[in-house]
Amino acid sequence: MSSFTPENRDRAREIVARYPFARSAVLPLLHLAQEQDGWVSPEAIEEVAALVDQEPAQVLGTCSFYTMYKRDGRKELVVSVCTNVSCLVNGGPELYELLSERYSEAGDVMVEEVECLAACDTAPVFQVNYEFHGNATGESATTTIEEYRSGARVPRGVSGGKRA
Amino acid sequence: MAVTETRIVTNRLREFTEDSWTIDRYLATGGYDMLRQALTMQPVQIQDEQVKASGLRGRGGAGFGTGQKWSFLPKGIYPRYLAVNGDEGEPSTFKDHMLIERDPHQIIEGVVISAFAIEAHIAFIYVRGEFALGIERLEQAVADAYAKGFIGKNILGSGFDLEVVVHRGAGAYIAGDETGLLSSLEGERAMPRIKPPFPAVQGLYAKPTVVNNVETMSTVPHILRMGGEEYAKLGVGRSTGTRIFSVSGHVARPGNYEVELGITFRQLIDELAGGVRGGKQMKFFIPGGASAPWLMPEHLDAPLDMDYVGSELKTMLGSGAIMVFDEDTNPALIAWRLLKFFAHESCGKCTPCREGSMWLEKVLFRISHGLGRPQDLDMMLSFGSTIVPGLNAPFSQTTICAMGPSTMSAVVSLDRFFREEILEMCNAGAARPTIPVTSA
Repeated sequence: MSSFTPENRDRAREIVARYPFARSAVLPLLHLAQEQDGWVSPEAIEEVAALVDQEPAQVLGTCSFYTMYKRDGRKELVVSVCTNVSCLVNGGPELYELLSERYSEAGDVMVEEVECLAACDTAPVFQVNYEFHGNATGESATTTIEEYRSGARVPRGVSGGKRA
Repeated sequence: MAVTETRIVTNRLREFTEDSWTIDRYLATGGYDMLRQALTMQPVQIQDEQVKASGLRGRGGAGFGTGQKWSFLPKGIYPRYLAVNGDEGEPSTFKDHMLIERDPHQIIEGVVISAFAIEAHIAFIYVRGEFALGIERLEQAVADAYAKGFIGKNILGSGFDLEVVVHRGAGAYIAGDETGLLSSLEGERAMPRIKPPFPAVQGLYAKPTVVNNVETMSTVPHILRMGGEEYAKLGVGRSTGTRIFSVSGHVARPGNYEVELGITFRQLIDELAGGVRGGKQMKFFIPGGASAPWLMPEHLDAPLDMDYVGSELKTMLGSGAIMVFDEDTNPALIAWRLLKFFAHESCGKCTPCREGSMWLEKVLFRISHGLGRPQDLDMMLSFGSTIVPGLNAPFSQTTICAMGPSTMSAVVSLDRFFREEILEMCNAGAARPTIPVTSA
């Protein structure tokens, strides 16, 4: 049983072939799985492990170290709000509070607090599926997120790949 | 005379904002000419007469001599690897993000020249996972460079082969440490490794490896264009050339500014970044990312000189991130948020960092939220000295990587410059009946 589509299985083999040692492909393969499924499922962990000749526990151990991989169910829109210091003095924490409250019941929007996103000249900054939006206010951020929800903006995959 | 930017690395992306990242624009502005020239030289010539002569020091944070780093590769041991660090995560640093998104070919040209100089045939460009657009553009640029024969087999007929792999990170600050990056590239948790052996001797897959920053790589083609000795005339003392400084916080014009090293903090912050916004006074500033001890307005006339800032001001230019805070800022709140960052990002390998950052965050939380105890500051200094023995700059460490001592930079700064203010806040807090130790 494969968790990758046949097309992505080919891509996965190409990715493994880029590296002198297969184990280096763990991170990109996990990204591929998340781009396809909207999260990293236990089945994907097993398949990645088989592709790089590791135990699933090893891949899970690596996967759980990195904040971008979501392991608790499919995500449609991941909204990442920075609250580190340059955003802190420009309203980042307030933006995070507002958005996490507004979307607390929404099944398709996950609001997370993240560390510095390296765009401090446009603080406060947030991302939607890793697409940057700066100089945000509560109102402008809500409008932007609603545009993704309505389809007016095309969301990237949760790992950043463009959705068709 | 008013100071201006000296745009070398940022010239193209500032001048051609519409398409600076495309192969067409890159070729139309002299792109890959220096690669052609480099391939006619001997690798050792590029190392010694160009890069070493230029005095170029790593732009990632540590400021180690690039040519010197290359010269540590043991002779006769192959394969060698080049790993390029684009995992920019130091709070308030946003220069590599700009270079990756807006001038990826400049990075690639630097990478091919550097790989030729150190005789590596595979180069990995490790990019922070959150830079989705940057990765898209860099991958496109690599594909275009392959198609034009600037990467691949027998580059431009020289007989030199190089594969370039763009490797995407996944959200871990510590992957920006050079040995953490290598662990991550090997498909593991990004845990730093003890040195020695240094990466130049045993790096990626236990083979000789050079790890260089994205801005360092972007500078290499310009060193060849100008000539190493000519490049070394820019700057001050052993801090040669230009650097991109990311200025943010309470300033009127936050942004990246590429300046000749040696101008003063005041020129950078006041003249280029427009000074503190809203007519307010500056309370303090952080000169080199979250890991750097803080400075005060009285230090504004000091030069942007890596050695001076280290020896005289007991801090560092680090990653080039300058954060400015106005008179209304609560310094304990800034310190708490920085420690929250370190506590979240500690990889957990070394006890002093893993436990220390967590406790510092908890104590700073209560201080910054008006619940501090009078003895809290001294208590932090006391257990902080188990992370940084002696608490004196340059920081020594009881951890494998430099993140351990970085956790104490903010605390030491509170003690240096804001001791009275902190004690006052804590004395007010002591009157409260209960003092929960908690965290947000």
